[in-house]
Amino acid sequence: MASTRTALTSGDVAHLARLSRLDLTPQELERMAGQLDAILNAVARVAEVAAADVVPMSHAVPLTNVYRPDVVRPGLTPQEALSGAPAAQDQRFRVPRILDTEA
Amino acid sequence: MSVSTDLTRLTAAQIAGAIAAGDIRAVEVTRAHLDRIAKVDDRVHAYLHVDTEGALTAAAAVDAQRASGATLGPLAGVPLALKDILTQKGVPTTCGSRILEGWRPPYDSTVVAKLRAAGVVILGKNNMDEFAMGSSTENSAFGPTRNPWDLERIPGGSSGGSSAAVAAFTAPLAIGTDTGGSIRQPAAVTGIVGAKPTYGGVSRYGLVAFSSSLDQAGPFARTVLDTALLHEAIAGHDPLDSTSIDAPVPAVVAAARRGEVRGMRIGVVRELAGEGYQAGVEQRFAETVELLTELGATVVEVSCPHFTYALAAYYLIAPSEASSNLARFDAMRYGLRVGDDGINGVAEVMSATRSAGFGAEVKRRIILGTYALSAGCYDEFYGAAQKVRRLIANDFDAAFADVDVLISPTAPTTAFRIGEKVDDPLSMYLQDLCTIPSNLAGNASISIPVGLAPEDGLPVGLQIMAPAMADERMYRVAGAVEAALREQTGHLLIEGAPEL
Repeated sequence: MASTRTALTSGDVAHLARLSRLDLTPQELERMAGQLDAILNAVARVAEVAAADVVPMSHAVPLTNVYRPDVVRPGLTPQEALSGAPAAQDQRFRVPRILDTEA
Repeated sequence: MSVSTDLTRLTAAQIAGAIAAGDIRAVEVTRAHLDRIAKVDDRVHAYLHVDTEGALTAAAAVDAQRASGATLGPLAGVPLALKDILTQKGVPTTCGSRILEGWRPPYDSTVVAKLRAAGVVILGKNNMDEFAMGSSTENSAFGPTRNPWDLERIPGGSSGGSSAAVAAFTAPLAIGTDTGGSIRQPAAVTGIVGAKPTYGGVSRYGLVAFSSSLDQAGPFARTVLDTALLHEAIAGHDPLDSTSIDAPVPAVVAAARRGEVRGMRIGVVRELAGEGYQAGVEQRFAETVELLTELGATVVEVSCPHFTYALAAYYLIAPSEASSNLARFDAMRYGLRVGDDGINGVAEVMSATRSAGFGAEVKRRIILGTYALSAGCYDEFYGAAQKVRRLIANDFDAAFADVDVLISPTAPTTAFRIGEKVDDPLSMYLQDLCTIPSNLAGNASISIPVGLAPEDGLPVGLQIMAPAMADERMYRVAGAVEAALREQTGHLLIEGAPEL
């Protein structure tokens, strides 16, 4: 195994959970650390054949930019766009406080 | 079985033919299926939502069209079940998740728009693993779906509601999506046909994204011809999906009707066999190889050495893309919002909502993807997985230079018991061993039933893989095998399933 990775701790998972905007309980963190470690050990074998001269492939269809003609087309009305919003006000999405919080 | 006694036993082609001929009305067909849902679906749980009113209205419109003398399309009036990951305007779309519970999308997916235009009657929305992550439909927030062959077993996943609906005769057609095998494996374990079209062959507009570079919608049915008819109805270039391929739709219906393999070269993938494959699955597969030879095909063994790395690459690429795609569930524009008490800030509300709204497997994959993409891990995990993806595509290119199609078992085992693998994600992931390579490379692939495993009496699937945009080749082979097996047994495999 080419990997020199050390085992994931529940502290590592807590950090990843914070980046992913997920609150996990200590039990969930503990459980997931073990499961993720087993999964990472299994998938780390990709490194065995990923030689430097292999060109990475991000997509099955080789595409560059795709453009459409710049013409006006019908879209959602404001009412439709807001129809699933948890909260709306003055034809806008109403969101929780965004200032004076730690991001 | 006469037409008048049980409309739910008919194929889609028979239904459309009878409606066009004026022998039956679309409304009668729809009612028969709604009645069947009411009778059996409390045990199967294939549907999350049944749109009785919408279905009857659509059926009545087809009947009115016929009465006016208009020419009907090849699937007009045929009922269909839709995986709950495709948007249908005004109809609840949950993706099997609490985070979207109650959401009614304000627009139709392109697949739904095409179905409506074809006069297909959408009966309702099918259960699925949450956000299509799973191989058993046990990861649905709304409870598991059961396999009509044995209600204690899984119907496959993630499109298990769709496969179970077709196998339980509550719909002759269904639409699923396939990111790593989520159409083909459910088709295999329920004894029906399921196809993953070439990536880009069917528009992803309105398909809620799990892994954008792998997701592909496709058809389920009980016959190869019905599958091809549905495939053709939903395929084609769509300006609303920039990854949609701007080329003519492969002639899959003609190929399914032709169903002939004489002169074709068929490759058996050496790496998709051996350890981990159930004996009865390997036995039925070997018999099918013999059958193909008898039918006039040349069958050779082909090596695709990097396929053994496909599972590892997939479980890095798919979670990485998912961790990004699922960031849209932020409690701001649609779906669930938890903890918005006027004191909590936006970050707290996002975290509280996502923690309450996502299930365990979704959280696991988001965190796995976040790890694989993080600084210091990217090259070793995500970057290496992308290189493996290239090597797998190269293996396919080399193989298709020699043979017309490749074959393997669809899944290494028959349907396992509900609960058997829920605590062992890695063993669940092994279900996708044979199907993942075609998602990574983007080529077309289909699963068809080829018999029951002797040891458990459960269905076994054959996977047929074709080059990108040569989807018709797999339908030729599928049609030939189906016809030959039907001649041997006198019926389709699914027609021998136990009564519900």
